[in-house]
Amino acid sequence: MRRLRRTLNVPAVAVALYAAIMAGIVWASYTGAQQMGYNWQWYRVPKYFYTLTEGGIQPGEILIGLWASIRLSAAAFALATLLGAAVAMLRMSGLIVGKGVSVVYLELIRNIPLLVLLYLFYYVLGPIFGLTRWSAAILTLAVFHSALISEIFRAGINSVARGQWEAADAIGMSRAQASIYIIIPQSVRFMLPPLTGEAVHLIKSSAIVSVIAVAELTTVGRNIISDSYMSFEIWFTVAAVYLALTLVLSFGASALERRFNLN
Amino acid sequence: MTQQPVIEARRINKHFDGFQALSEVSLTVHQGERVVVCGPSGSGKSTLIRCFNGLEAHDGGNLIVDGREMAADSPHIRQLRQDVGMVFQQFNLFPHLTVLENLTIGPRKVRGLPRAKAEALARKYLERVRIPEQADKRPDQLSGGQQQRVAIARALCMEPRVMLFDEPTSALDPEMIGEVLDVMVDLATSGMTMVVVTHEMGFARKVADRMVFMEAGRIVEISPPEKFFSTPETGRAKLFLNQILGH
Repeated sequence: MRRLRRTLNVPAVAVALYAAIMAGIVWASYTGAQQMGYNWQWYRVPKYFYTLTEGGIQPGEILIGLWASIRLSAAAFALATLLGAAVAMLRMSGLIVGKGVSVVYLELIRNIPLLVLLYLFYYVLGPIFGLTRWSAAILTLAVFHSALISEIFRAGINSVARGQWEAADAIGMSRAQASIYIIIPQSVRFMLPPLTGEAVHLIKSSAIVSVIAVAELTTVGRNIISDSYMSFEIWFTVAAVYLALTLVLSFGASALERRFNLN
Repeated sequence: MTQQPVIEARRINKHFDGFQALSEVSLTVHQGERVVVCGPSGSGKSTLIRCFNGLEAHDGGNLIVDGREMAADSPHIRQLRQDVGMVFQQFNLFPHLTVLENLTIGPRKVRGLPRAKAEALARKYLERVRIPEQADKRPDQLSGGQQQRVAIARALCMEPRVMLFDEPTSALDPEMIGEVLDVMVDLATSGMTMVVVTHEMGFARKVADRMVFMEAGRIVEISPPEKFFSTPETGRAKLFLNQILGH
């Protein structure tokens, strides 16, 4: 058993094995598609990324959709962070009311499916408060992800040793001063990895707003398919674009973490 | 003494979930006095001095610090804490700040001193604890003894009227205890009012004006060191001294 593992971990063997597995998957999908008579038309895909005109390079629908997804996710994440911070502060305020409100909020959000939450915001709160699809989408994503973000904040704050609060108290700092100058700066490095994970999660769940036809990446994919009937190529492409976006984010964040740890 | 005492505890009590950590403790500390508190672990020594700066709230009796009632809900508790310096067993330095920033953050943010003045103050006290050259390092780059001296300097930067020490050498490797005690002796000689919880009896003999012996949440004995170490009044104190000095 151990000898087998050692053999499989020889770099050349490992790479070959990896290539073989990947090739197997591609081959299985390809032959499967061939058998159902699928007509691959990858050559038609690039024009959905960009087109060349005499005016220069024009971004195609996929890039426009990607940009919309990025804006949507960024706005939702910013709002989710604010909401999450507010909920975490209420939770840790020591007020019975604050704790009650935040616990009910968290339980409510955690136990409603994201899709239902989206329908609530778009079909119920939308008409009442005159929300556009765009703002209903942002609010839904922000509220849904604020629950976990508030827990990340709380865990980060609690992971700073109690002695730090005491040392801040002992030099006469107020609770706010202790939080701002002593506790929060130390808790950032505990919060960064799970926050990145949550940002990735948010980007992925932002695809769901295509059901209310917000013009982001997934909606764009659906529209292209209904024009071109290239469902295999476009869904592979959309998946790859999401993957590229979240990988860039993850690598950026780990670079940031390394900087925080060095200092 | 005609002067008002710096700390005056009158029959204070403290409970933790049904466990009585302090019972009917009375102790008066005057300006310039050095009081050493000792006793077996769990006797309430740390709890007592943590009450003195409001880190623990006593739940019975009166505690007057610097002429004002100290209680958890005192509106002036932050003001009081600025006048009462505290040194912890685990140092509790701020690890994300440099040594200099550890020292200046209190004066700057709490006292509102401008940066230049706070830094001058900090450098003066770093000199005093004999590590001026470490100003720009981070706490985790220092030895335990150096860290504790930074912690002492941090407390001094608030220019307190009294300094509390909660087992300041208990977390240190033996070879570093001396450098911290030297700084504390120095401080005592300069006339600082000090209340020190420690097992370092050599230090106690050298600087204490009075020894306080605690057991099971009570003060069992208060006497001058020469008497405490030669002829303790109580059998408990005698036993305790035998245990820690007897080998």
